[in-house]
Amino acid sequence: MSAPQASTIDPILQVRSRVALLAQENIDTDQIIPARFLTTTERAGLGRHCFADWRYDAQGHEREDFALNGAEARGAGILLAGRNFGCGSSREHAPWALLDYGIRVVISTQIADIFRNNALKNGLLPIVVDEQAWQQISEQVGNEISVDLEAQHIVLGSDAVIPFAVEAFARQCLMRGVDQLGYLLQLDAQISRFENKSEAA
Amino acid sequence: MSQPRTIVDKIWDAHCVRPESSEAPAVLYVDLHLVHEVTSPQAFAELRARGLNVRRPDRTLVTLDHSTPTLPPRADGSLPFANAATAEQVAALERHCAEFGLTLHGFGSGTRGVVHVMGPELGATQPGMTIVCGDSHTATHGAFGALAFGIGTTEVGHVLATQCLLQRRPKTMAVTVEGRLNAGVSAKDLILHIIGVLGVDGGTGHVIEYRGEAIRALTMEQRMTLCNMSIEAGARAGLVAPDATTLAWLRGRPHVPQGASFEQAATHWLSFASDQDAAFDREVVIDARSVTPTISWGTNPGQVVAVDGALPDAGDAATRKALDYMKFSAGASMLGEKVDVVFIGSCTNGRLSDLRDAAEVLRGRQIASHVRMLVVPGSDQVKQQAEAEGLDRVFSDAGAEWRQPGCSMCIAMNGDQVGPGQLCVSTSNRNFEGRQGPGARTVLASPATAAASALAGRIADPRAVAPRSERAA
Ligand code: SF4
Repeated sequence: MSAPQASTIDPILQVRSRVALLAQENIDTDQIIPARFLTTTERAGLGRHCFADWRYDAQGHEREDFALNGAEARGAGILLAGRNFGCGSSREHAPWALLDYGIRVVISTQIADIFRNNALKNGLLPIVVDEQAWQQISEQVGNEISVDLEAQHIVLGSDAVIPFAVEAFARQCLMRGVDQLGYLLQLDAQISRFENKSEAA
Repeated sequence: MSQPRTIVDKIWDAHCVRPESSEAPAVLYVDLHLVHEVTSPQAFAELRARGLNVRRPDRTLVTLDHSTPTLPPRADGSLPFANAATAEQVAALERHCAEFGLTLHGFGSGTRGVVHVMGPELGATQPGMTIVCGDSHTATHGAFGALAFGIGTTEVGHVLATQCLLQRRPKTMAVTVEGRLNAGVSAKDLILHIIGVLGVDGGTGHVIEYRGEAIRALTMEQRMTLCNMSIEAGARAGLVAPDATTLAWLRGRPHVPQGASFEQAATHWLSFASDQDAAFDREVVIDARSVTPTISWGTNPGQVVAVDGALPDAGDAATRKALDYMKFSAGASMLGEKVDVVFIGSCTNGRLSDLRDAAEVLRGRQIASHVRMLVVPGSDQVKQQAEAEGLDRVFSDAGAEWRQPGCSMCIAMNGDQVGPGQLCVSTSNRNFEGRQGPGARTVLASPATAAASALAGRIADPRAVAPRSERAA
């Protein structure tokens, strides 16, 4: 086995890729990566289990009726999903699986808190747009669109521009590939002062 | 006078190592970090790769629950793991604890348990604390007036190494439950009802404070059931202000200060309660008298119905898809649907009072012959107390299997599974497609409803089997 490497994320500035659609609402983390695949102690290689129970039948063959198995969805790096994507468990295996599967951006009208947080920490960009923008993007399914994190907007093929907002700190971290643990470790002295003060009280 | 503050504001303000700004989130100090085998291995690997230590082993509580077998050890003392991967996951956490100097509440400790059952019973969970775990049901600890929430594995690494998290202040929501719950209505029924009202994403971005007469009247175990499922409404966390009930539960527990220091701590704890006129970002009022025994019918915990009510009409696509997966007919009654499996356990309903509720229904009766029923205590201590009261024999005599503590069929990682297409009435917290095994169909319910359904072999109204009024001590 090779020596473990501290994980760093590749900076994201722009993603230009095709859009795939899973219009269903409330897609939970048990669908993104079913619990039986959480027995791993690694973070790599989860892409093959991404959406396992929707992607494969009981014999392990791909199901034709699952949208992401369709020709136009293959290789798409941007996922447009129904409201409340990523609800359920805190498993970071969900963004790990999506990234390994090839998804770099998830767009929805609402994204569950813990999933969004986990995604941002791994270089998977979660974007929340309003209903109207969602409809506009859904007309581009199968086409390439551009997501620009620096400008905080999405450019559709027709040159329509949809603005979005990402929390300032998370955005800077994504754009520069900043390591958040490194940031916290620099605050060591301040954390010690806090501990001394609150534990003396 | 300073501005009135909510309990969330007070806990937040007391834990900011550095306040938030427009450029950066707050650096929030974590009082208690709970760790289990599923969401931690990659975090320990990160620490090792960077040559870091665990900053506060004394604030880190570790157990084994998700992947662990619920069958007893074999004759040679080995544990009957479902497969090599679960065995390795458990072994990995045992190794990490040794390597990083952490105390493990593992096999043979007598204190092992589902992480959210174990923390409170040790008294490690205390009012006014910030508590995190790589687990979305961490809100359970909010029952004590703690700000407790789930985090991902990267953040588990942050807390192990620095005892801190980067966080933005959440919004607050007051859910006030007025009046008293009717007899025969449990905390599980109440929270299923509340999630039905809020919707599965109604709490997104918020911490819920549960308040009002019905909440004050709940026991600590009932408050834990309630707060446990806050995430199922999308909320970051849920909590109940500490009061005399909280103090009575904490007194004498191993991690709680004793004697005069307890009184001192108690005064401090009670001061966290929301100020009278504190403002919330959102307020919702629920009438306790309108809550009846409630179950889920669909594939998310917001799809609920009174146990004796009718299924919804097949209105929108989501409803049709859920009905389809569950093999239920629109507009039909849930009562009488054939049940294959009944599961009593989990961090929602695996505590002593839950087992008592189920046992009261089953005592002296037999479950239907076609039903497989698993009763899984939430912890070593719950198991021991239940056995001391003879509850294990009530379950065995009724035809149920009495198991070792763990998450078991709540997440079905350890080999305890519901078969494809089988219907399970479960006291756990999630009814997502395949949650209890590929193709498994889950109906969430209270322990009393689950037990009544085991007897009937069909979904049953617990009020028809053993009225609460006759059971109450
Ligand atoms: S009992 Fe279920 S919900 Fe609770 S910690 Fe275990 S798997 Fe998670």
